Amino acid sequence: MKITTELVDYISQLSRLSLPEEEKEAMAAQLERIVAYMDLLSQLDTTGIEPMSHVFPVKNVLRPDVAEPSLDRAALLANAPARDGEMFLTPKSVE
Amino acid sequence: MELSKLTALELGAAIHRGDVSIPQAAQAALDAIGAQGGALNCYLTVTGEQTLARAEQLQKGLKHARSPLYGVPMAWKDNICTKGVRTTCASRILGDFAPPYDATAVERLEAAGALSLGKLNMDEFAMGSTSETSCFGPVRNPWDLTRSPGGSSGGAAAAVAAGLGWYAVGSDTGGSIRQPAAYCGVTGIKPTYGTVSRYGLIAYASSLDQMGPLGRDAADCAAVLDLLQGRDRRDATSLDGDYGGLLSSLTGDVRGLSVGVPMECFGEGLDGEVRRAVLAAAEVLKGRGARVAELSFPVLKYAVPAYYIIASAEASSNLSRYDGVKYGWRAQDYDDLTDLYTKTRTQGFGLEAKRRILLGTFVLSSGYYDAYYKKALQVKAAIKAAFDRAFHQCDLLLTPVAPTTAPKLGENLGDPLNMYLSDIYTVSVNLAGLPGLSMPCGFDSKGMPIGAQLIGPHFGEGKLLNAAHAFQMDTDYHRQTPEGGERA
Repeated sequence: MKITTELVDYISQLSRLSLPEEEKEAMAAQLERIVAYMDLLSQLDTTGIEPMSHVFPVKNVLRPDVAEPSLDRAALLANAPARDGEMFLTPKSVE
Repeated sequence: MELSKLTALELGAAIHRGDVSIPQAAQAALDAIGAQGGALNCYLTVTGEQTLARAEQLQKGLKHARSPLYGVPMAWKDNICTKGVRTTCASRILGDFAPPYDATAVERLEAAGALSLGKLNMDEFAMGSTSETSCFGPVRNPWDLTRSPGGSSGGAAAAVAAGLGWYAVGSDTGGSIRQPAAYCGVTGIKPTYGTVSRYGLIAYASSLDQMGPLGRDAADCAAVLDLLQGRDRRDATSLDGDYGGLLSSLTGDVRGLSVGVPMECFGEGLDGEVRRAVLAAAEVLKGRGARVAELSFPVLKYAVPAYYIIASAEASSNLSRYDGVKYGWRAQDYDDLTDLYTKTRTQGFGLEAKRRILLGTFVLSSGYYDAYYKKALQVKAAIKAAFDRAFHQCDLLLTPVAPTTAPKLGENLGDPLNMYLSDIYTVSVNLAGLPGLSMPCGFDSKGMPIGAQLIGPHFGEGKLLNAAHAFQMDTDYHRQTPEGGERA
C-alpha cells in the first residue's frame, strides 16, 4: 500500500512525534518498503488459527493483595527533569 | 598468569584457590578497559572506584563464597537497571537516569558475588542489529575495527571478545545476544521466555524480550544461567521450573542426540563460507555420536515480517512512557503539555526508535490492525506449531546465526529493511519463546568469526549447552582471541 506523508503525519501525531519536513518523505518511502515486505504474510493461509499473544498458557497470575511500602518518594523524584519536594512538575494542562 | 586468557570459571577457580585476589582481577580488567575500551566504544559507564571498593569487600567474604563465579568481573548491557548507576539504553531520552532499584537479574548475580565493571553500549533501546543506533556512537568489532560487532548487545559481545570483562549479561528480543556473539566469536544464549525475570530490564517488546549471558564458552554461559534463571513474583510472565544444575550436567556426551538441520536455513541468501562452517559443525557433533538429519521448515520466511510487526507494535506502546516528566531528558521551549511530550520525544529518540514507534503505531491503528497485527499473531502461532512438530522429529535444531559475518560499519544505516532481513535465522526463536544458543564455529577468509545456532524446545537449555560444550571439546574456535593467540 501507498504510505503518504499525510499518513506519516497522522501516525506521528498519534505517537506524539513530529518529524521535520525533510525527514517525512524519506520515512514514508522506508515505511512503504517495509510494509510492502510485511504483506508477504498475506500469502500464508491462517484461517482458523487463533492469534497467539503468549506462547505459554499462563493467564491471570495473581498474588495476595497486601499493602506494602513502595519505593521512597525522594528516590523516585530524583530522576525527574522538573520537580518540587512532593511532585513532578509539568506545564498547566487544564485551564 | 595471564588473567585475560582465562574463562570466567577458570578465573573463579583461581580466586577460590587464592592464586589471584578479586581486587587484582578487577584492576586488571579496569586497566584493559582503560587501554582498549575507547577504541571499541563498548563501555558507556565504567564504575572504577565503586568496582574496586566492592572487590575489596568481596575478597573479605571469600571464605564463605559458594558460587563458582564469585568475584569474577563482568558487565551489564545498558538496558538493565542498576541501582544508582546511570542506565541509558544508549538513548538521549533517558538522560542521566539512575534507577532507584536493581533488576532482579542484578540482585541474583550480586547475591552470588558478581563484580560489575560497568554498563555496555548497545543499539538505542535494543532496536538494531549493528550497535550503530546508539546515541553514544557505534561499537566497533575487536576483530576488525571497521566492522560492526552486531547488535543490539554489541558492547557486550565486543567486551567479552576483547577480554574487557569475563562475561556479560545482555538481552535478546530478536537475536540481540546470539547475533553479536556470532560476529564477535563468543558464546551466548537466549533462554526460554519466562525463565529469567524481566523485572528491571527496560522494555522493548515485552512478549519477546529475555536476558541471557554472553561468555567465552558454553560452560561459562551455563554457570551464569544457573544464577539468572528462576521465577520472580515481580515478573508475572516468569515461570516455575526445575532450575539450576546446567553447569554440573555438562558432560559433552551427545551420543544418540538427534540434530535437525532445516533446509530452508541453508538456501538462498546465505554466504557460502558461513554455510560450510555451520554444516561442518554438524559433522563435529556427528563425530561425537549425534545423529544429524535434514528437515523442512517452510514457515521460516514469514518470521521476519511477523517479528517486526509484533516487536514494533509492543515498542510503540512501551516507549510511550518517555514523555519528559517522570525521569530522563526534557526538551526546552515548549508551549503546553502536549508540546512538551512531542518535542521531548522528537528530539530525544533516534531515527530507528522513531521508525519502529511509527511502524508499531501504524500496525495497531484502526483499519490496519487485522491485516498486520492480528495476522502476525496468527503467524506466530503457526511458527510455534512448526517448531513443536520439528521437536517431535529431533532434539534440537542447527542453523546459522546470521547470513553473513560482521558487516562494515555504515553498510546498513541507509537501508533498514536490509538490516531487518539479516535477522532471518534468529527472530523465529523469540516468536516461539524457545531457547537459542550461538557458538563460534569458524572464521571466514577475512578472519571474521562465524557463529552456529542451536535451537531447543522450551526448557531445553541443558541440551543446547551440553551440545555446545561437546562441540567446544573438539574445536578451538572459541579459544581464539582478536589479538591473536589462544585462551588457556
